[in-house]
Amino acid sequence: MDQTVSRRAEALKVQEIDVFTDTRDQLAHARAGAEARGLQDWLVCDVDAHHVETVSWAELCEYIEDPVIRHQALLYQQEKTGAPPYGLNGDLGLKYQDVGGRIPHQAGVREKVDDTSVHRDVTLTRRAMESLGVDYMVLFPTPMLTLGLHPQPEMEVYLGRAYNRWLIDRVLKADDRIKTLAYLPFNVPEEAERTVEEFAGQPGIIGFCVPSVRHKPVHHNDYMRTYAMLQERGLPIAFHAAYHWQDPSLATVNRFLGMHALGFVWCNMVHMTNWVLNGIPERFPGLKSIWVESGLAWIPFLMQRLDDQYLMRPSEAPHLTRRPSEYMRQNCWYTTQPMETSNMEALELTLKMINAETQLLFASDWPHFDFDLPQEIVDLPFLSETAKRNILGLNAARLFGLDPAVRKWR
Amino acid sequence: MEYHVGHPAEIAEGGRRVVSCDGVEIGVFRIGGALKAWHNVCPHRQGPVCQGRVYPRVTEPLQADGTTRTLAYDETRMQVACPWHGWEFDLATGASQGSRMKLRPARLRVTEEAVYVVL
Repeated sequence: MDQTVSRRAEALKVQEIDVFTDTRDQLAHARAGAEARGLQDWLVCDVDAHHVETVSWAELCEYIEDPVIRHQALLYQQEKTGAPPYGLNGDLGLKYQDVGGRIPHQAGVREKVDDTSVHRDVTLTRRAMESLGVDYMVLFPTPMLTLGLHPQPEMEVYLGRAYNRWLIDRVLKADDRIKTLAYLPFNVPEEAERTVEEFAGQPGIIGFCVPSVRHKPVHHNDYMRTYAMLQERGLPIAFHAAYHWQDPSLATVNRFLGMHALGFVWCNMVHMTNWVLNGIPERFPGLKSIWVESGLAWIPFLMQRLDDQYLMRPSEAPHLTRRPSEYMRQNCWYTTQPMETSNMEALELTLKMINAETQLLFASDWPHFDFDLPQEIVDLPFLSETAKRNILGLNAARLFGLDPAVRKWR
Repeated sequence: MEYHVGHPAEIAEGGRRVVSCDGVEIGVFRIGGALKAWHNVCPHRQGPVCQGRVYPRVTEPLQADGTTRTLAYDETRMQVACPWHGWEFDLATGASQGSRMKLRPARLRVTEEAVYVVL
């Protein structure tokens, strides 16, 4: 007779995670991992997370300032069938990030939310923060990240401004732990200036963001006034990467894997090259630029490439008093995600080359398919605890002027 | 310690039961008639791998002249995709596609009446 003692195994509440699974259930292991590492006592600023603004598009369209466009947009949202959100360009159905349903949180965060006292996105953001162990979360839009390629420059202005106003009103005012870098309608420089003038100092605005997918030269004289305004106010400018299948330089890429791997880096490599070689950091030494969602592996490549070429052709970059890599290390900040970890020696060298202890900012990119957890920084074997604390939160607190007191799980 | 998961017939072909054994999470799957058990911890980033969707492995058959035309599913190799980042693991062997990391197996004891996880 079998004498072995047996106990009852408890079936987990969620047997198969899908788009309706509560964020806290999806990320239960993340919360446990954060607690096991003692993150309750660490400041964690997540400098790049997302929400899907198009879920609230009809609501957002009410914030379009132009009365005619607003009227058109609202009628379109009410009556049009079989069409994407009003005014939005982009890749339409070429959004394969969820790998054919394998990564449900990328396809949609459609879980139940009962609390109607705040906008649904506030609740979803709070759930993600609670699960990841984050004190501050910086939210960015998702489909709007390709608005820089819009054939109507004025539509970037209408929608970008509407997004800023809507986000402040409906999301940021509800929780001062949720922040954003306001959308800059960069294709219309005078509107970018107006945006800085109007939105600096508004609730939750800690800087400004240029979605990087666009064909405008960041060194054009038209932008100098915007840079001066940001420098004067001590507000950072972020270049948030994305991919776009209509980019001619990527026209032969047939797999989303390849498109994502290259597209999210290429746009920022181009802008960084122009940014440095045209001496923007020399002209605006107090302007802090942040390079978002391109990962980190591209930076050592570009540093070496630009340094070597600069030394052979310094007459083509007369503003520079230092090598390109020095500007990239001293004047630029980087977000971690998606942090390449398949070669830890390469990662260690990368962090050294970018002076990660002061220049690197943790980002999760939740809820996207390649999101990172704070504990990945904690677990890096070659960093000091001081460096880890800086990367996870203190660098961001200094850069954005945030209170460094830990606020999670209180 | 043994943990009673349920009757063997409750886990149909292609089905699963993910359980907590005093906090240790185990996924029990039926693949090709056999029951296999894996710890619900992805070796990549500790995600809840056993709560992911199950797919046949994707292949791309080569024709004799080296060209390809379609993708295909290999129904003999079922994979669980970790819902956090999509890492795929063969449910029969625990092997990952593209990495040397494997799922951590759990021991089962199966009788005619019951399935037990043995920890």
